[in-house]
Formats: sequence, C-alpha cells, structure tokens
Amino acid sequence: MAELTYRDAVAAGIAQEMKRDERVVFLGEDVAHAGGVFKATVGLLDQFGPKRVRDCPISEQAILGAAMGAAMTGLRPIAEIMFSDFLAVCWDIVANEIAKSRYMTNGQVQVPLVIRTANGAGSRFGAQHSQSVENWAMMIPGIKVVAPAFPADVKGLIAAAVRDDDPVLVFEQKSLYSFKGEVPDGEHVDELGKARVLRQGKDCTIVALALMVHRALAAAEILEKEHGISCTVVDVRSLVPLDTVTILAEVARTGRLVTVEENPRLCGWGAEIASIIADECFWELDGPIIRITTPHIPLPSADQLEDNTIPSVERIVREIVEKID
Amino acid sequence: MSNTPKRKKSAAADDDIGRDIRLELFRLQLELRLCEKRAYDLFLQNLIKGTSHLSLGQEAIAAAFGVAMRPDDWTFCTYRGHAHTLARGASMSGVLGELMGRECGLLGGKGGSMHLTDVSKGAMGSYAIIGAHLPVAAGAAWSAQYRGTEQVAVCFFGDGTTNIGAFHEALNFSVVWKLPVIFVCENNLYMEYTPISAVTAVEHPAADRAAAYGLEKIVVDGNDADEMYRTASKYIERARRGGGPALIEAMTYRHSGHSRADPGKYRPEGELEKWLERDPIKIYRERLLELGIVEATLNDIEGEVMQQVNDATETAKASAPPSLDGIYRHVWADGGAAWRN
Repeated sequence: MAELTYRDAVAAGIAQEMKRDERVVFLGEDVAHAGGVFKATVGLLDQFGPKRVRDCPISEQAILGAAMGAAMTGLRPIAEIMFSDFLAVCWDIVANEIAKSRYMTNGQVQVPLVIRTANGAGSRFGAQHSQSVENWAMMIPGIKVVAPAFPADVKGLIAAAVRDDDPVLVFEQKSLYSFKGEVPDGEHVDELGKARVLRQGKDCTIVALALMVHRALAAAEILEKEHGISCTVVDVRSLVPLDTVTILAEVARTGRLVTVEENPRLCGWGAEIASIIADECFWELDGPIIRITTPHIPLPSADQLEDNTIPSVERIVREIVEKID
Repeated sequence: MSNTPKRKKSAAADDDIGRDIRLELFRLQLELRLCEKRAYDLFLQNLIKGTSHLSLGQEAIAAAFGVAMRPDDWTFCTYRGHAHTLARGASMSGVLGELMGRECGLLGGKGGSMHLTDVSKGAMGSYAIIGAHLPVAAGAAWSAQYRGTEQVAVCFFGDGTTNIGAFHEALNFSVVWKLPVIFVCENNLYMEYTPISAVTAVEHPAADRAAAYGLEKIVVDGNDADEMYRTASKYIERARRGGGPALIEAMTYRHSGHSRADPGKYRPEGELEKWLERDPIKIYRERLLELGIVEATLNDIEGEVMQQVNDATETAKASAPPSLDGIYRHVWADGGAAWRN
C-alpha cells in the first residue's frame, strides 16, 4: 500500500487505464501542459503524449460532444469539466445526448465515456464554483454517477468507470484533493454501485457522500464519546447504480436513518434514499428520517458564511443529538 | 482559355460525374422525395403521430452526400433527418415503421421521427436539439483521425443552427484539431418560422462565418445535385487525406412548413412557386434528358422507386406495435434499466 493524495489518485487511475487500453484518451481545459487547475492530472502528458492527452479550448459543449462522438465510434474518452458548476453550460450534451442515445436508438449507439469534474464547497469560491451538483446528474436516466471520498476509491472508481460501457460521471471533491490515504499497489479496479460500511453502530445509520463522509465519521466519534450515541456510517460512493441493499440493511439494523448531504435541500440525493427507506423499511424505523443538508440557497463565499451553510461536524452532532435523544 | 472540345449531349457517360453516378443521384433523390411524400400522406391518414420535419425540396443535398460518402463514413443529422438517414441506405420500411411507431421501426418505436439512426449504415443519429450534433460529429472525426481509419464525418444542419453556441465551439475545435469533418449548412432561408436574414448578422449565416475559423467561404446551389456532388466529393476527399474540416453552405428551400404543425403562411407570395421552378428533381430530370439519357430509363426508375415506397408502406403497416418489453430495455449497456440493486 502506498499513501497517495486524492489528487494523485486521480492521475494514477487515469494512467492505469491509459496504459492498459490504447482506446483511452483524455481531454479537457488546462489538463495536459498545466496538469489541471487542481494539479490532478500532472504527468499524464509526459507519460502518454499529446495525441492521447489533449488541451481543449474553453468550449465545454465541444469537449463533451467530442468525447461522445469519439465514444460512439470506438474510443474510451475521459473528459474533464474543470468545475462541476460548468456542467450547466454543456448540460444538453450530458442530459439530452450522452444519457439518451442508447435508449432512443434501441441499443444501436453506445457511449462508454467518463466525465470527471471537481465538485463541492470549502474553497471560498462562491456560488458558481462551489456547488454540489451530483443530484443534477442522478435524476437523469442513462448516466451513472459516483462520488469517491477516499484516494483508493478515486483510483478504483475511475478505473471502473473507464471500463464500464455506459457513461459515468465522476464527482471529485475539490476540498479533498490534498487528503492522503492508502491506495492498493498494482492494478486497482473498484466496482460501481457498491456502498461501503465504514463503521458500525447500534443507534443510528448515517448515510453520506464525498466530503460529508469524513464529517460523518468525525461526528460519529463525538456522538459515541460525548453522547453515548453509537452510529453506523455508510459511504454511498455510487448514486447510480444505488446500493439499496446495503443501505436498507444498515438502516434496518439501527432503526434510524440520517442522510448528510452537501447538495442544497430540494431534491438532494438523500430525499430519494429517504423515500426508499420510507417505502421499504418503514416498519424497521424507530423514529423519523433526518436529512441534514446545505440550506436551499446559493453558496456564499466568506469563510464564516460558507462554513455555516454546508453541514459541519458540529451541526451533524447537534442535529442527531437533538432529534434522536 | 481551355482548348478542350465542347462536351456533346451524350457527355453524361464520360464527364467527371458520368452516367452511372447521375442515375444513382436521380434514383436516390426520388427515393427521398417519394418516401417523404408518403410520410406526409400517412400523417393525413393519422397513421403517423407526433411531429415531423420534412425535407421536401432539399433532397439534392442528402442524395449527393449519400452517393459521395464511403460506406464507413458517418452521417450526423438533425430532426429533419428522414432524407439523410435514407440516403445512407437505411431501409424505407424501417424509416416509415419508426414514424408509424411500429416494431419494424429503425429504433423499435423508441426514437421516432426526430431520432432516426442506423449505425449499421453509418447513420449515427438524428439530433433534435439545435447544434448538439456538431461537436459529436467532430468527436467521431477525432476517433477516425486517432485510429487512422480515414473515415470522414459529415454533419448536416439548418441555417438556424449557425446562431447557437455549439456551432461555433465545434468549428473552432475541429479546425484547431484539423479533424476530418464536413459541416453542411442547408440554408432553406427560414429558422423555423422566421426568415434567417431577420435574425442573423451576415448574409450567409454559415459561409460568412467561415473566415472566423480560418475556413474558406463555400456557397453552393443545394438544388443542383451535380454541383452538390462535386462539392461533397472534393471536400470529403480533402478531409480524408488529412486536409481538415470544411464548412459548406448549400442554398435550398423547403417546400413545406417547418414541421407538421406549420403551413408556412409567413412566406411571401410567389416565393414557394419560384422555388418549385427550381425543384431539384425537376431540374435533374431535365438535365439527364439533355445529356442524352432516354426518358424510358427515367420512367423505369420512377416506377421502381414508387413500387419500393409502396412495398415499404405495406411492410410498415403490417408490422405490430412495439412490445412493451422495450420500455425497460437499453437504458444501460447490460440491456436493462435497473438503477439500483
């Protein structure tokens, strides 16, 4: 096992797949010579050359459209959208074209591509560079959606996404790029559609994603030590496909569901999980479902303001203590 | 001055296009015309639902490219795509069946008029969001360039598309990467219901923008199948040899409204009549006769194509509605629609 940062795990995942398969190509803005604005793709140009690692103009529709056309005709492109907020300028290509072509053509067209993008708050970038938009993607039939929380998952899920024959959107958490963690040596390929139980408790099941997984784990420690509340923490990892088997089992075990979401309140991914639990696990519940989310507002930028919008460790602890005790 | 002798009327056999290709162009234009007219008739009989955007009057462009392209080249077209899909060799019963929502439809009834696709023939899709397919065609061209296959992507769109961002993104991208892609603007003078001249800063919505991307200005008579064929062949071959993209503006006119819902009342009096005089099939028939092809040959082709359309209509009518199983098929590569375990 080697310790890698989350950002190095991105490059390691892409490199592993480019080495394995000549059809894998990588394109985006500032990704080649500059190594990405988050330095997550440093070294790929040197390793694989300008034919396979390509800098693009600021043309998100062209980037994703070109990735789609290439994927339809035999390549396995990885396209970077610098900030997930920018998906809004090329959402037609994602939601109307990439996601629907296989279905509309009755299976004639396949679009095996990966879109990677930096998602989430914590960098004081304001409302157009800090959003968590994984729920936008989750609601479109035809795209798979993952959001890794740990370096090993970054590498493994990127690899799984590249090998998948469907389009996969990988939401990387920009405030986790410098987070370090163990990554298995040698080839590492994960599986889409699998949640992971990171900690098991008796009183409450916290279901979280990406940065919120780290906060949920920290909150669970405090809840255990200071309040005697013992929590299970499930890292959802993959929104589509969704591992409802694991989530249902872990909620049934404790009788309580808490979702911790960085997306704004309305139609966040936790709402879908709450609905599934209410439908299929109602009689196992010991109390109401709790959703902890960012309020339904555009994100403000100042330290003090941003820290008081996205769910913090303190807020997770407070809400669980108030609502469960 | 050239001192080559003036061509005689029998030149159809030996000029740069030649008799065989001309007959192919004639036949293909007729196929597109008669099949499209049949689609309109089937609407009136309420056998085709939804919307539909006919290419009546614009057949020379699709036919010329259909003949000029290599079988493994790719077509990307718009929701006005019946002609472009047929021109690559997609079956008429598959097209009419799709419009009628039948099992035999090209897409099993899941796409409809605006999404006709036949990947086996290189018809890579009809795209119903203006501009979306220009970058997609560029991507296919990139794939051909990367793999060294010498395939060319051809992307058809209307004059209205030249005012959307994806048009400009795709052109710049394709030129910078020197991709083997041909962008073909079918300028039929109207973006939906509004004259293109009323909403566009330049006279030629595509060709006058070419210089901004370092491309040459190409305006061609889109109702002249020979001129279209020459233009298509020239730029396809250039792209195939690594010469990069071209942007072609083909001047044409649609004989019907924008879509099924549009009677085209906004057109000034006499305009349609003027363009009917320049009907591409009428022009071409006259030219073939002038070039010495006997009328019986053309009559035979007309009879054969009508029979083909009639047969396709009967096949489509006889086909069952799609099975309900199809609703949950082909969302994902595993053939299914499951989003959870």
